[in-house]
Amino acid sequence: MTEKGIITRVTGPVISAKNMRGSRMYELVRVGNERLIGEIIGLDEDVATIQVYEETGGVTPGEEVISTGMPLSVELGPGLLGKIYDGIQRPLDLIKLQMGDYIKRGVEAPALERDKKWEFAPVAKKGETMGPGDILGVVQETKTIEHRILVPPGITGKLLEIAPKGKYTIEETIAKIKTAEGVKKIQMLQKWPVRTGRPYVKKLDPSVPLITGQRVIDTFFPVAKGGTAAIPGPFGSGKTVVQQLLAKWADADVIVYVGCGERGNEMADVLREFPVLEDPRTGELLMNRTMLIANTSNMPVAARDASVYTGMTLAEYYRDMGYDVALMADSTSRWAEAMREISGRLEEMPGEEGYPAYLASRLADFYERSGRAMLNGKDEKIGSISVIGAVSPPGGDFSEPVTQNTLRITKVFWALDADLANKRHFPAINWLQSYSLYLDGVKDWWHKEVGAKWEKMRNEAMSLLQKESELQEIVQLVGPDALPESDQAALDGAKAIREAFLMQNAFHKVDTYCPKEKQYRMLEILLKFNELMYEAIQKDVPIERIRGLPVKEKLARMGTVPDAEYQRRFEEIEKEMEAQFKDMVG
Amino acid sequence: MAVSKSKEYTTVTEVSGPLMVVEKVSDVAYGEVVEIETPSGERRRGQVLEAQTDKAIIQVFEGTRDLDTDWTSVRFTGETMKIPVSIEVLGRVFDGTGTPIDGGPSIIPEKVLDIYGAPINPYAREFPRDFIETGISTIDGMNTLVRGQKLPIFSGAGLPHNELAAQIARQAKVLGKKEEFAVVFVAMGITHEEANFFIQDFERTGALERAVMFLNLADDPAIERIITPRLGLTTAEYLAFEKDMHILVILTNLTNYCEALREIAAARGEVPGRRGYPGYMYTDLASIYERAGRIKGKKGSITQMPMLTMPDDDITHPIPDLTGYITEGQIVLFREFNRKGIYPPVDVLPCLSRLMQGGIGEGRTREDHADVNDQLYSAYAEGRRLRDLVAVVGEEALTDLDRTYLEFADRFEAEFVNQAVDEDRSIEKTLEIAWNLLSMLPESELKRIDPEFIKKYHPKRRGGKTG
Ligand SMILES: Nc1ncnc2c1ncn2[C@@H]1O[C@H](COP(=O)(O)OP(=O)(O)OP(=O)(O)O)[C@@H](O)[C@H]1O
Ligand SMILES: [Mg+2]
Repeated sequence: MTEKGIITRVTGPVISAKNMRGSRMYELVRVGNERLIGEIIGLDEDVATIQVYEETGGVTPGEEVISTGMPLSVELGPGLLGKIYDGIQRPLDLIKLQMGDYIKRGVEAPALERDKKWEFAPVAKKGETMGPGDILGVVQETKTIEHRILVPPGITGKLLEIAPKGKYTIEETIAKIKTAEGVKKIQMLQKWPVRTGRPYVKKLDPSVPLITGQRVIDTFFPVAKGGTAAIPGPFGSGKTVVQQLLAKWADADVIVYVGCGERGNEMADVLREFPVLEDPRTGELLMNRTMLIANTSNMPVAARDASVYTGMTLAEYYRDMGYDVALMADSTSRWAEAMREISGRLEEMPGEEGYPAYLASRLADFYERSGRAMLNGKDEKIGSISVIGAVSPPGGDFSEPVTQNTLRITKVFWALDADLANKRHFPAINWLQSYSLYLDGVKDWWHKEVGAKWEKMRNEAMSLLQKESELQEIVQLVGPDALPESDQAALDGAKAIREAFLMQNAFHKVDTYCPKEKQYRMLEILLKFNELMYEAIQKDVPIERIRGLPVKEKLARMGTVPDAEYQRRFEEIEKEMEAQFKDMVG
Repeated sequence: MAVSKSKEYTTVTEVSGPLMVVEKVSDVAYGEVVEIETPSGERRRGQVLEAQTDKAIIQVFEGTRDLDTDWTSVRFTGETMKIPVSIEVLGRVFDGTGTPIDGGPSIIPEKVLDIYGAPINPYAREFPRDFIETGISTIDGMNTLVRGQKLPIFSGAGLPHNELAAQIARQAKVLGKKEEFAVVFVAMGITHEEANFFIQDFERTGALERAVMFLNLADDPAIERIITPRLGLTTAEYLAFEKDMHILVILTNLTNYCEALREIAAARGEVPGRRGYPGYMYTDLASIYERAGRIKGKKGSITQMPMLTMPDDDITHPIPDLTGYITEGQIVLFREFNRKGIYPPVDVLPCLSRLMQGGIGEGRTREDHADVNDQLYSAYAEGRRLRDLVAVVGEEALTDLDRTYLEFADRFEAEFVNQAVDEDRSIEKTLEIAWNLLSMLPESELKRIDPEFIKKYHPKRRGGKTG
């Protein structure tokens, strides 16, 4: 515990220290006179290699390294929701109070407030036998989230004492449990090492979709609660906008948003919007279900690595209470680059494109912590963590190692496309390249909850889009005129689906979120248009006349019809459409 | 950092490329500044890149020419790299290391600041939303710039990016506000001729008094380019956040900066990333670009306009690519337009301003701005698609509507994109040109525009063409 190492080498975020015998991998250390926070990432005899989570300018060989005996851990307990932390869970609001507008070194700030009192209501009864995951009591953390105080992993025994209903700080003892190793005092404040996944009983198959309100996602390439999705794309193609849309509208109980090596203004944007926007399901402010981890591109590189694990551990903590959590990581490529930089400084044998050979396994281990799970505790809770990772491939080339290794693990692929983005087709998710492996898993849910034709309509629309791309190839050679009218109609039908359904404007107050029932109706009407068009063509109505139908404009604007009116208005549009076709066919 | 250790060594054991190795040292801090004396008595500066117990690796900013392992002496200063600042820097010209080269006196510092600065706490950032009118339609109308944004120009060799940057510096204003405004101009490896172009332009318009210039020119040492932008940005931060000024930082040319980074990486024998550039280039560039922004409770702002030339006009080259991943959009110049005589030769399709949404609309520009922008993009993209198609199948294969789109694209380039080097268009004027172009299309094609706005702004609805 009180061992002291001596720094022998400093190169950027990596330092070496000797006299470190007795230290363990991933142990937290304090580095140099300023006691910077670092983590041991390599041990060779008595020399430790340490990645430092703060700037190392001025650190001098000969200064000390102090071991803490603890791995890098996060604090867990009431008060996490609504917070913004850096990569190692230091609260950025407190840092601003302490040191002003810039982040300087050597901050010491507790992640959770020590003197705030929370209203605790006991659930467990004195004398009961308690095990990990059992609920001791609850705290109403926000209007919608009941924070369940659980028996921590590894503790089993008789409940000797439980605090009565009342106000407590997170450090006060609220329960005593008699375990085989003696009496354990339990506080609301708990700690957990970030690199170790929290235990659960077993993983379950994801079968409920995470509804995001994004038509191309929910209807075409859905992600399940507990699922994993990758969203790779070149710069400016819409990764961050999609991640933020999901953080806003996805029907998860709790959101963890990790800004890993990206822009400061994007965090400022979230901090500006989330405290005033309402969750469409609960009416509660979005910020109150959100935790932000901000380690922007100009903050220390090593902390990018910590930031994704910090975020994941917070997600697991709320999952363990039985909540559906969604975690967004923007961008996992910056994390991979941090690994590459550290590995380079360690002079490790580089793998593909300079990334370390363990890139694939680190990514896999991270995504593996997602899932829908049966949880510890006698009440058989089920919780989930869905993970959506942005990937930023150099030059937009998906064949690079981070994209490829991620796609090997994730079950959903939303391929962002620079061409679509340049044309301002947003979300620029390429419908021919993308896929979801949850379609089969979630279709029963859709059929039961929304409508029986979901799968059929989705497939019909997809094959129309597929056909469009085949016909486009012919058009490129001979021009659209050379196609038979029925094929021209197919092109028009696909175009209507693209423009009215796939495209969705994130910045339009209505269109930003499309309820699932509305999605269903929109697709139903668009496919009907297509069907009527075919019938008309069969009856020799010239395609030019169909192109001039007034209803087409209304179809294109369906997304912006307010949620409260759409049922009625869509019905009108549908009737109008039928009438206009009837007029033509005679 | 201890200040007592200004020790001198003559134990240089190796000089290679921009690097130097000194042995038998003690107490050398990572990142500290060293002063080097060449055998002929010339003084240079360097910085510690790697500190070991008894050895230091140093990057030498002014080049390693003439350095040797016998006579060269090295003094460790115990200090990080710093720059003196004061309001007096306005109107002054410095070289790439911060030494005045305009014949004026040296700066009496009000403060001496570390040139690497510190990251702005994201919690302290104010989200930038104030529209800057540049008078250029492709920017104001379709890629709006706001105060505190970092918006680079992606150019190619021989394209008029300097003219465009100078025009923006001349014309940029925030509507309805008279505020303290200044330009920080940072040159990295550009020619004397290019630097003179800016100096003369600033002189002609009287902007020079409100400008600070840091010039590292093509024949100055390449490694110095690593510090030049940081001198400029530290000065900008001082003026913006301590003196309440709105600062436009023009950085040119980032391509030269990245070459310098590559040179150091190669000299250190680092595992190269894509095309030989170091794997940490993203992080390094971010430490420059992220110094743009606004801070809550502060009046001033830093807006950055970095310029770079895309090698081979290739936007996927690591320099534009990594820049685009950090900045808040990009303005892309297109060689074909330049050939056709269109100025500024901006191809709007690959352009983007990520902060546009918050900076436009009612009370900022005009209520219909966002919709008009969407519609312009979709109509122009359609015109461009058809232009490609026509090249293969001929115009006969097209419908009447298709032909209208083709004509739209041509007129868009000639009337909206194209403007004079001294033409300062108001946002009203830009939107008016846009509506006139959009009115070529049947109204049913204007699907991206709210019908209310069509009623209010469509020239045919308002009773005939204006303008
Ligand atoms: N769904 C959308 N609706 C409207 N506009 C969008 C949408 N998605 C993206 N955009 C536009 O594209 C711009 C770039 O998107 P975004 O910042 O998400 O890109 P990115 O892929 O995260 O880029 P980077 O990798 O550089 O961070 C946005 O600022 C916005 O203007
Ligand atoms: Mg992004």
